[in-house]
Amino acid sequence: MASDQLVIGGRELTCRLFVGTGKYASNEQMGEVLRWSGAQVVTVALRRIDLQAKQDDILRRIPPGVQLLPNTAGARNAAEAVRIARLARAAGCGNWVKIEVIADNKYLLPDGYETVKATATLAAEGFVVLPYISPDLMVARELVAAGAAAVMPLGAPIGSNRGLKTKELLRILIAEIPLPVIVDAGLGKPSHACEAMEMGAAACLVNTAIAGAGDPVGMAGAFAAAVQAGRQAYLAGPDRESELARASSPLTGFLFS
Amino acid sequence: MSFYVEHQKYRDFDWAGYFRAVTPEQVEKIIRGDKLGLLDFLALLAPAAEKHLEAMAVKAHRLTMQHFGRTVTLYAPLYLSNYCINRCLYCGFSSRNTLPRKQLSPAEVAREAAIIRSGGIQQVLILTGDAPAVATVEYIAACLQVLKRYFPSIGMEVYALSTGGYSRLEAAGVDALTIYQETYNEELYAGLHPQGPKRDFRFRLAAPERAGEAGLRAINIGALLGLDDWRRDAFFTGLHADYLQRRYPAVEVSISLPRIQPQAGGFEPAFPVADRHLVQYLTAFRLFMPRAGITISTRENANLRDHLVRLGVTRLSAGSCTVVGGYGDQTETAGQFAIADHRDVAAVAAAVAALGYQPVFQDWHRLDGPAGEMNRK
Repeated sequence: MASDQLVIGGRELTCRLFVGTGKYASNEQMGEVLRWSGAQVVTVALRRIDLQAKQDDILRRIPPGVQLLPNTAGARNAAEAVRIARLARAAGCGNWVKIEVIADNKYLLPDGYETVKATATLAAEGFVVLPYISPDLMVARELVAAGAAAVMPLGAPIGSNRGLKTKELLRILIAEIPLPVIVDAGLGKPSHACEAMEMGAAACLVNTAIAGAGDPVGMAGAFAAAVQAGRQAYLAGPDRESELARASSPLTGFLFS
Repeated sequence: MSFYVEHQKYRDFDWAGYFRAVTPEQVEKIIRGDKLGLLDFLALLAPAAEKHLEAMAVKAHRLTMQHFGRTVTLYAPLYLSNYCINRCLYCGFSSRNTLPRKQLSPAEVAREAAIIRSGGIQQVLILTGDAPAVATVEYIAACLQVLKRYFPSIGMEVYALSTGGYSRLEAAGVDALTIYQETYNEELYAGLHPQGPKRDFRFRLAAPERAGEAGLRAINIGALLGLDDWRRDAFFTGLHADYLQRRYPAVEVSISLPRIQPQAGGFEPAFPVADRHLVQYLTAFRLFMPRAGITISTRENANLRDHLVRLGVTRLSAGSCTVVGGYGDQTETAGQFAIADHRDVAAVAAAVAALGYQPVFQDWHRLDGPAGEMNRK
């Protein structure tokens, strides 16, 4: 397992749970979650960062060494996403960016076309681009061509906690896209994340299910363990499912021994 | 197509008959359900739903937690001008009332902004009366140039503008519009607005659509509760919000629930709204539009506001002053309406935190600042 590293943008990651920073009762609680989750990648909405402050209260709670992944929440089109990404980099948030282009506030579904445009622009400017998408194979292929470092398809709509509703489409992306596939949005329980990892997802990003839990720190630990277990199961090669029973010690085995 | 067409579909609607027919079983089924239609929303506003307030509140709390988390955004109003040529019967700024009229100079705007900012507020809502020849669009734009130095996000609650007016102010730095229809009862509206440009019901009704066309990011609407039967105005507010969200899916649509408070002129609401009815409206709306923002201003007292946070409120004003220039000069007391929650920003933030929520001071950063400068390099 020691060699099982995820590499994105040249950075080697051992923890495959990415976490978000929104919806917490306090930034102190958010900081605790980050520490206990063991996450090495943390996404933060630039819209919530106080760019005029000497040290923003969210950013100062992100543990040293953790990769900051600013996201473009609030962007309605590619142009706004690009501007937010540049703003983030100019503010010292590094060159990773999670592209979120959402022009539908009812379902919060991402705009694939605008996401591809923003990705092409930012990748050409040297950003490490992780675009949030619906699990659409054609959009994902466009993103590969546009220079994305990974793709982040949704399991279910943001904040819905509904689990892997897009499982069949995720399976196709995992099989066909030569980039890390990070399942983002909709994962409501550790078992959802575990299943995504068993399927071969490279990582999972979780926010609402942790922030909304009765004990967010405890839930962060549960997600971290589930992601790790799912990854180990994937690497171990799960046995195939069968509609018929297969006894561990076949009853007719003696005929052939 | 405009919202007026939707509004007119209910012109001959049998409100009393519909409300009478709502049964407890129907209400329970709606609360248990996943998605509400318009008539489901109306059923939750019926008298029969009053007995189910706790169940509505529990679900409203759960939905709000799911979509907004444990956060409440704080903002403050900044009154730029109280000149007004309307004679709205319920408003302290009515031209009928004799109060000192004042319009802030850019220097005074800066002084007010600095005071608000020093209290921690980062999102401000600028307001004017309805005097387009005095508080002109260009005057408001000039104020925005000052305010942009202090606030990452600026909303406005000014008289209804043309699409061009909204575009001009969007380009000048406004992110969000707040505009209240006051009442969706067209006949009543005419009586309440006997004189002035605000008398044009349809022009005001279509203002949020013009703001959507102009590209504003967020639109907040509402009815002034107490002017008409709250159940009808609550329904039309929901209908309007739903219409705007469908027509402008990229816009963050939200509502306010302002109740009439004492003001100069001594207007008494014909249909006072009880606390339990405010809660019924708030929770019914949350079940109808789980992702929409809900604002409660300092018109309501501290105790009620604190309780409403758990029921679905996502935005609170804090440390508010409704007097033009009132943050710096506290000798003048004639505001647009009386404030009931007199806590300062720190006290409101502390109360929010004590409830287990995070007070959020910044929820958007205008994109014409450093990013624009970077583009010019």
